[in-house]
Formats: sequence, C-alpha cells, structure tokens
Amino acid sequence: MLPSGFRYVAPTTLSAVVDALAQGDARILAGGQSLLPLLKVQGVAPGTLVDINRVEGLDRLCEADGWLRIGATVRDADLESSELILERYPMIADAARRLGDPLTRNRSTFCGALAHADPAGDWSTVAVTLGADLHAIGPHGAAVYAARDFQTAMFETRLAPAELLVEARIPAPRPGQQSVYLKVERTSYDYAAVAIGMMVIVEDGLIAEASIGLTNAGPMTIHATAAAAALVGHALDDRDAIDRAAELVLVASNPASDLRGSADYKRDLLRVLTKRAVRTVAARHLEELA
Amino acid sequence: MTALPITLVLNGDERTTTVEPHVLLVDLLHDAFALTATHAGCESASCGACTVLVDGRPVKSCTMLGVQVDGCAVLTAEGLTQGDEQHPVAEGFEAEHSLRCGYCTPGMMMTAVALLEANTNPSEDQIRVAISGNKCRCTMYVNITKAVLRAANSSQDVRV
Repeated sequence: MLPSGFRYVAPTTLSAVVDALAQGDARILAGGQSLLPLLKVQGVAPGTLVDINRVEGLDRLCEADGWLRIGATVRDADLESSELILERYPMIADAARRLGDPLTRNRSTFCGALAHADPAGDWSTVAVTLGADLHAIGPHGAAVYAARDFQTAMFETRLAPAELLVEARIPAPRPGQQSVYLKVERTSYDYAAVAIGMMVIVEDGLIAEASIGLTNAGPMTIHATAAAAALVGHALDDRDAIDRAAELVLVASNPASDLRGSADYKRDLLRVLTKRAVRTVAARHLEELA
Repeated sequence: MTALPITLVLNGDERTTTVEPHVLLVDLLHDAFALTATHAGCESASCGACTVLVDGRPVKSCTMLGVQVDGCAVLTAEGLTQGDEQHPVAEGFEAEHSLRCGYCTPGMMMTAVALLEANTNPSEDQIRVAISGNKCRCTMYVNITKAVLRAANSSQDVRV
C-alpha cells in the first residue's frame, strides 16, 4: 500500500510533461522500480507523479549518427534482448543480464537509473565508463550533461527539478573497442557488493585508450581515470600494468562497509575485478580477431 | 485524492472502474475486481508472488500503480482457465507436484506463461533464468522447472 495524497498525471507529449513538472513538487514516474518502493517507505513524498510512459517516442532504442540512443522509457529487458546491444555493446549486455531481476527489468529503465543516481546502480557506471551524453529537456529548453559530470552527491544529479532526462546517448564503438561489466552480488540480482565497467581501445596489440568505472565503491559512481591511464600504451597481458591499474583502482575507491560486505572485502574484490576485467576484454578482443 | 477512470482488458474482458492514484495494481485487482489469485507477498518488489502480465510482460503488480494499466491488457492467474479447461502450465504444476504452500504459484505460473509465449521450446536453463525473479520459499524450483517443461511439451503436442 502507498501513502495516499499525491496527484497523478500521464501526459502524452514532452511539453506537457515539462509543464507538469514546472508546477513544482513533482516526481517523474518512468519504470517506477526504485520510485514506488521509495514512495512506500516515504523516502519521497511528492505532490504529483508525472508518468512519462505515455509520451510517444521515448521508447526508442537505436544507433544513429555515431551514437547509441536510449530513450527514457526503454526497458532494461529491451536492452537485454536487443540484437544491437548483444552484437555491439558487450558492457551493456553484461549489466542488463545481472540487474534487478527479469520481472523488474520488464519495467526498469536505463535513464531512470541514471536520474536516480544510486552509487550502487549499474547503469550509472556503464554511462560513466562509456562517456555517455545525457539529453534533458526543461522549462528553459534542452540541455546536455556529460554522464561523467552528472552526479553531484549520493542520489543527486545536475538535473533541475523540472527537467526530464529524455535520452542517453552512448558513443558507438570505435575500431578495436572492447568492453566488459563485472559484478559481484551477495545473492543473484542483488545490488552490487562492488562492480567494475571497463572499456579499452586496442591498436596494434596495445591499449590506446581505456576507461574504468566503479559501482558501489564510494558515495558516488567513480570514474577511475588514473587507473585507466596506467593501462594505456601497454599490451593486454602486461602484468605490471594490470597490477598498477588495480592498485590505482583502490586509490580511487572509498567503499563503505554495509550489508553487502566490509570495506576491506570490497577493496579486495575491486583489486580482483580489475584484473579479471582486463583478462576478459583481452579474451573478447582475441575472440573478435579470430 | 480524486479517483481516476480507467478502462482495461482484464483476463480478456473489457472492464471500467475508477481508482485513486496511490492504489497499487495488486490492490486494484483485489479490491475493485475481487480477483484474489494474485498474491501480495513481500510488497517490496523482492519476491514476485504478485506477478501478472501487463500487455504480455510479467511484472510485479505491487510495483505498478493501478492507474497505470489504463488502456492495457492485464492477465492474472484467474484468466488462465478457459471454462473447464486448465492451462497447460497449471496442468504441469499439478502433474509435477510443483507447489507446497502455493503462495508463489500464481505469480510463478504467470511468469511461465509469458516465457512460453515468447519461447515455445525453452531449455531448462532458460526456464531457470525466466523464473529467477519469482521466489519459492518452499524451494520447489526443480519441480517448477519440470512443470514448465511439461507444459511446453504438451503445448507442442497440441499444435502438431
């Protein structure tokens, strides 16, 4: 049962959504898989719920002009079953299979997770690691936020109260790009104890570019730039470089002890996952060459 | 708050009612339509006992608002029985002894029905993944998997 006392509107156009949000004291209802549980425990108590599920076109998932475009109501189950994702975005495919549970994924959304900005959220790490651009619309028009500069605090983002995240755009993979998302959960489909996203671009057998994101390893999603830089210029099997990257992941992280493990345990997981992530992108790279 | 009018296709029949915004889909089914097969388990989106199909997709009815199904097709466990004819999934559960307390059964069956709609010949692994959002605290998972396999096989026999 939910506490009563909120209004509900389900506009069919973006401008009507923005108008409804501009009235103030409103929350956007997308998949609702985090919002409804929060409403139940009165973690939030908005005056109005603005349901965006009836806005046409927000469920678009496609690749165009060098970007993967994920609309605000694209379900995680759609990402999980998409041939495009399976073929070209292994990090997204990895995360989609392990996130929520199959029932939750039939409702939950990528963009909603980014706006929720849970440091334990898998999609924020994917967006940060792959360098997504987040397209929003509000009373003052359109705005674009870099995923890497989107979270401002735990559960806080740069989105203004009357702004709607319309679409996440992820750069299409470049030649030599490989990626992975590795997650350790206490039980299947739990939030990550910790998780890691890793993207590399391999040129002539060497890592030319790398990006590493960390889930539940601190109060916000972490982009571990120094750790990623330690891999650049090295082969995928360069053990010294991999060890340095793992050490720098620990420097970047600041996990808290919680129900999912002690801080020490999580740090150990992060060290192991970093190495495992490099091994996995290396294996995937070889597979693609074969 | 004001009740809002909604129209939905519920177990094949068009139904109209009014519902207040804070009423969850599972409560709407219980209170407005007297359909009590859908069980409220944890009510915190963790157990899947309340699974129903909304436009063919299994979802947790404790984590959707009733007002959100306006214009949708909703299928509950009651909708699986056609006259005296049991649904192959229900027959499978009976034949394979796939329940003890039965609390998860309606939700489990709805997930299985959706799986078989999408994949008429699932492997055991695919079944296990599909039902992995539905908890059975009596741990009947082995027999539940057998029930879904049996339902898949019997449905195929019918088609041939």
